[in-house]
Amino acid sequence: MNAPAKTTSLAKRDGVIDWAALREDFPILQETVNDHPLVYLDNAASSQKPRQVIDAIRHHYEHDNANVHRGIHELSNRATEAYEGARQRVADFINAGSREEIIFTRGTTEGLNLVANSWGLENLREGDTILLTEMEHHSNLVPWQLLAQRIGARLDFIEITGDDGQLDLQWLDEQLARARLLSLTHISNTMGTVNPIAEICARAREAGVVTVMDAAQSAGHAPVDVQAIGCDFLAFSGHKTCGPTGIGVLYGRRELLEAMPPYQGGGEMISRVEFRNVTFNVVPHKFEAGTPNVAGAVGLHAALDYLDAIGRGAIFEHDQRLAKRACERLAEINGIRLFGPKKGRSGVVSFVLPDAHALDLATMADQKGVALRAGHHCNQPLLAKLGVPATARASFYFYNTETEVDRFIEVIHQVRKLFA
Amino acid sequence: MADFLNTTLDELIGNFEFLGDWEERFAYLIELGKKLPPLDESEMIEENRVHGCQANVWLRMRPCNGEPPAFEIRADADAFIVKGLIAVLLLIYNGKTAEQIVATDCIGTVARLGLDKHLSPTRRNGLHSMVSRIQALAAESATQTV
Repeated sequence: MNAPAKTTSLAKRDGVIDWAALREDFPILQETVNDHPLVYLDNAASSQKPRQVIDAIRHHYEHDNANVHRGIHELSNRATEAYEGARQRVADFINAGSREEIIFTRGTTEGLNLVANSWGLENLREGDTILLTEMEHHSNLVPWQLLAQRIGARLDFIEITGDDGQLDLQWLDEQLARARLLSLTHISNTMGTVNPIAEICARAREAGVVTVMDAAQSAGHAPVDVQAIGCDFLAFSGHKTCGPTGIGVLYGRRELLEAMPPYQGGGEMISRVEFRNVTFNVVPHKFEAGTPNVAGAVGLHAALDYLDAIGRGAIFEHDQRLAKRACERLAEINGIRLFGPKKGRSGVVSFVLPDAHALDLATMADQKGVALRAGHHCNQPLLAKLGVPATARASFYFYNTETEVDRFIEVIHQVRKLFA
Repeated sequence: MADFLNTTLDELIGNFEFLGDWEERFAYLIELGKKLPPLDESEMIEENRVHGCQANVWLRMRPCNGEPPAFEIRADADAFIVKGLIAVLLLIYNGKTAEQIVATDCIGTVARLGLDKHLSPTRRNGLHSMVSRIQALAAESATQTV
């Protein structure tokens, strides 16, 4: 059965994308929240899904659903083709050398845990140093803490320079000289910093340090090319990328993946099993124990098609334009603390108001239909370093508009009056 | 018996019912929060932290003279809406005995204030956490005095 037609509402006027027209593809954006039109500004936590993705998942369950890889029958073949087709699509999306370098996971968190538990346990020893940064999400910190505790490794951190959220790279070569592995985020989920990961990976490679990229905030928002970055591993999530929840991707360089032991045991990941012996399947199947999330992969495939039809370069510029507009208007508030770089930032805007607590602001904004994030954003050590218990965060995506940014600013001014 | 509010629970419920829309109710809640006497910096320690709330919340309880003893409850938070909720909780629980505290359904009262559906699930969990903490401390204290 052929997949449903993948038409988008993509329209261009004089070569310029009509961003507002794309909203037609997102049924959820028509929602009313507390009697106000929804203004969804929590995209760094999860993105919304276009009809094309929802339709692809529905189509899969209505026409192609069966278990993959082992079946002889027609539906199993269709499901396998869909699943492996999605793997190829992911490989193209991040310019991996081959589809064998793509492992499907539940999300970024599982990808990072897989590297820590497989590559890390196999290759790291007591006294080895794992280099991270101070802006890592808990999902790129806690797996390494667990590994370090287990094997007696040490953690070292690239520091941030302050509220502008830049990495202090002046000691990078010295830190790399002491490290075996470097894991860092491409784009900070709290500060909106876009880290110079290609440069950092090049210096890590010279030092013989294995590199792991957390691309959760970047894969759906900016061009991500693993060969241009020159990293050894890269993980991202489907649900932040217009795809469904419960599906994610771990890219790994083939020679590393082939040398790594399996992460979990079960069906799919074996080639031959005896009562006391087992031979493992080849990569990437060696790392995918059990029935995979086939429908998730199908939905992710549709999401990546959707994003590439628009173009991630254009998406990134749109995110930046909205973030710039928001930052300029926020900066007019006396006493506000704005986090992240002044220039070259992503669509993530974090701030602390002088009067209203972030949680109060987010609660009141929700009453007016504006979805913001408030809290520690899974960055507790970073916020502790910055000396704030919580920040409010607006994070933009391509379906957000200038009008929504203005509404967000208007709501902030309305809410502040209550706390004056 | 939360003196700083200078009102009874029934009056408070009446005030909330009088206020028409959610914005006025929240504004009133924030005003209540502003009246809440702060805890001392030295009391805002891990031992007094109430977990399960997105804001930072600290709570202290001590039995006063009398038989059975009534409890003096003090609490503070770093967000004003949560402080307002604390003020309401104190109005409900402060000055009551362990037995009364354990027997009091405060979630129902908060629902009567018309605030429950406007509080996000995590924030509502925070409210539950505060109530659980008050009831657990009261129950613990009751066991110790027996």
